[in-house]
Amino acid sequence: MVASLVPTEDEVMLRDAARGFLQETSPVTAFRANRDAGRTYDPGLWKEMAQMGWTGVLLPEGAGGSDMGHRAAGILSEEMGEVLAASPFISTAVMAATALKGAANDRLAGIAAGDAIYALAVDEGPKHAPLRTDLRAEKAGNAFKLSGRKVFVADGGAATRVLVLARTGGTAGEAEGLTLFDIDADRAGLTRTAKRTVDERDHAQLDFDNVDATGDDVVGEVDGGMAAIATALNAGQAALSAELLGLSAGAFGMTTGYLKERKQFGRTIGSFQALQHRAAHLFAEIEITASAIANAGRVMDEDPEASDIAVSIAKARATQTAKLAVSEGVQMHGGIGMTDEFDMGFFMKRARVGAEWLGDYGYHAARVAAARGF
Amino acid sequence: MSSFSDDLDQFRSEVAAFIAEKCPQKLKDMPSDQRTICWGGKRFTFSCDEQRIWMENAASVGLTAPRWPVEYGGAGLSRAQEKIFREEMAKTKAPSPLESFGLWMLGPALLAFGTHEQKLKYLPDITNGRIRWCQGYSEPGAGSDLASVQTRAEDKGDHWVVNGSKIWTSYADKADWIFALIRTDKDAPKHKGISFMLIDMETQGVSTKPIKLISGASPFCETFFDDVVVPKVDEEGNSRIVGELNRGWDVAKHLLTHEREMIGGGGSGAAGGILGGRSLGAFIDTLDEHIMDDPVIRAQTMELEIDTLAMGMTMERYKDMAKQGGVGHASAMLKYSGTELNKRRYEILMSITGSEGVEWAGEHGTLAPEWLRTKANSIEGGTSEVMLDILSKRVLELPSS
Repeated sequence: MVASLVPTEDEVMLRDAARGFLQETSPVTAFRANRDAGRTYDPGLWKEMAQMGWTGVLLPEGAGGSDMGHRAAGILSEEMGEVLAASPFISTAVMAATALKGAANDRLAGIAAGDAIYALAVDEGPKHAPLRTDLRAEKAGNAFKLSGRKVFVADGGAATRVLVLARTGGTAGEAEGLTLFDIDADRAGLTRTAKRTVDERDHAQLDFDNVDATGDDVVGEVDGGMAAIATALNAGQAALSAELLGLSAGAFGMTTGYLKERKQFGRTIGSFQALQHRAAHLFAEIEITASAIANAGRVMDEDPEASDIAVSIAKARATQTAKLAVSEGVQMHGGIGMTDEFDMGFFMKRARVGAEWLGDYGYHAARVAAARGF
Repeated sequence: MSSFSDDLDQFRSEVAAFIAEKCPQKLKDMPSDQRTICWGGKRFTFSCDEQRIWMENAASVGLTAPRWPVEYGGAGLSRAQEKIFREEMAKTKAPSPLESFGLWMLGPALLAFGTHEQKLKYLPDITNGRIRWCQGYSEPGAGSDLASVQTRAEDKGDHWVVNGSKIWTSYADKADWIFALIRTDKDAPKHKGISFMLIDMETQGVSTKPIKLISGASPFCETFFDDVVVPKVDEEGNSRIVGELNRGWDVAKHLLTHEREMIGGGGSGAAGGILGGRSLGAFIDTLDEHIMDDPVIRAQTMELEIDTLAMGMTMERYKDMAKQGGVGHASAMLKYSGTELNKRRYEILMSITGSEGVEWAGEHGTLAPEWLRTKANSIEGGTSEVMLDILSKRVLELPSS
């Protein structure tokens, strides 16, 4: 039994502070400005997040972190999601921080300071499937040579460092024989190709052509790659679920606002029962998903080794709820919902990318089913 | 003073010891399909002596009504303590010692609106299982529009004469008393002429008739009042009306939120029924091995499991929020989502049991009647459509024009 899902006073304060900061410095207009300028994120915003302790949310104080935990990271991510604030937060402050937990403080300090930006290079095909890794890490003495391709690497463009999952043994499809490497993004032989995705965020394809790596670059143990990355992926999934929940709330808030203002046929459209009922149904779905997100954060803090099911319930629910929120969001706004000038399209596009990143509905439904015995 | 410690760890040991010692092992070992609810009441037949013993033992320390004040027969527990009590019961598979509309509905109404004397008179007989109550709300002409009730009381000075009928009164044919919404002022606006009245079912002129459903026999009844005499004040000087005269709608509204939460609780799949407390996965293990090969069935089952687990988290979260200051109308969300989920659950259970599921009394026993019965979940206690109306107007504050 986890601690109550109701927020603590500290969590309420954290959320209020985050909300205030983001509405001030990075409302949805900031996302639009980035998009129009061809930027995938604002490095100035990232620096400010570092100053507020957000980049170090999961790091110990000795490494310059604020050590607030995964529920707190989820709250921050959720608030960012509501205003579509783009940053390497999930890749760096959540996933890399989790994967490198236990590393020396000076290694982690770069993350807390906002200097180090990490990207996780895991997938090699159109669906999230870490075990299907085929990128080779050929042994060369005490060192390795990495060759292969990773796709859909979030924050791959801005990254200063890459956590790459490679095969030191076994074959694609097996959990055995995977190794996680932590290498600088400018290493010789590593080519990064930006891929423009509908959410205008930083995604890249990474090509490795005999990239050198040493034993010091291994995170955890050789052939222990899944152990090294599993909790980090769960942490990322929990945070991404939170982002999608925030996104859903943002879309829903815009929609109910519109229902209360727009008039047609001599009345406010929010008085039409059909729309009322759809809005009420969406409210219910968001509330249920919010419980799953709070639970995932709590489980990640209390028992990360046993977090698969909690995180997968959260990601599955968040994917589905965000899809509903943005579909209803566009539809209920009528024609203007379809214009680029209006913001709802941005929510829809980020929801779709978020649906795929780190495992889609089916991926997580399968994890829940496996955990529940069928 | 509560019989138990305020310290939560100490409380857990105390209540676990109580359950170990005072709840007979026979009840804990009983397979779920043999368990029957202990309703209490003057004419109740206990399933076995142990059922009576557990009820009496629990009642003696107020554990039949854990949250109620000790002076009225409860145990005076906090929400945190009650959670622990339920956990310890679940661990040993101890059954609930007593269930009744008195505990769920009338008790909370009296605690909120009754006089101290009314509470002293009525509540202990609820907690000790002596009196069984039923609820007289709906009428053939007053379903979703409950405030339009027409069962009326004529003022005859020191008593009322009640005429009319109620429908969907669960267990009216087994109950000792009824709490009913009665029109005591037919000239006042609809919502302002109703009183929350307490009537002895043994009074001359009260009769009941059971209602059979598509699912078979049911506890529902029609209840008829033919010139039923109800004293305004009983021998001890207590009014037979809870709350103010003609302000019964306030009492009813207070209870409706409560009722919604309870019915919505079925959404987390924790209730008995065919699953009998088992997980969906455990149930599937008992079925034909090829059932899960069907990709559609498999996908629907996975989605159900995800939504069931998330719904359970939501019930807990809302209960915790209620302790901290109430969720009010948002309880309509629990009722709506929980009941729709339960209907979906049973559609899937029917699908995965295939041709075995459609037998009235086959391999899966009561599955078919349960499936049919769930269709009422989205109707009783306020329809899903009414729940969505409440969410729209009271929570989202969407306009009326």
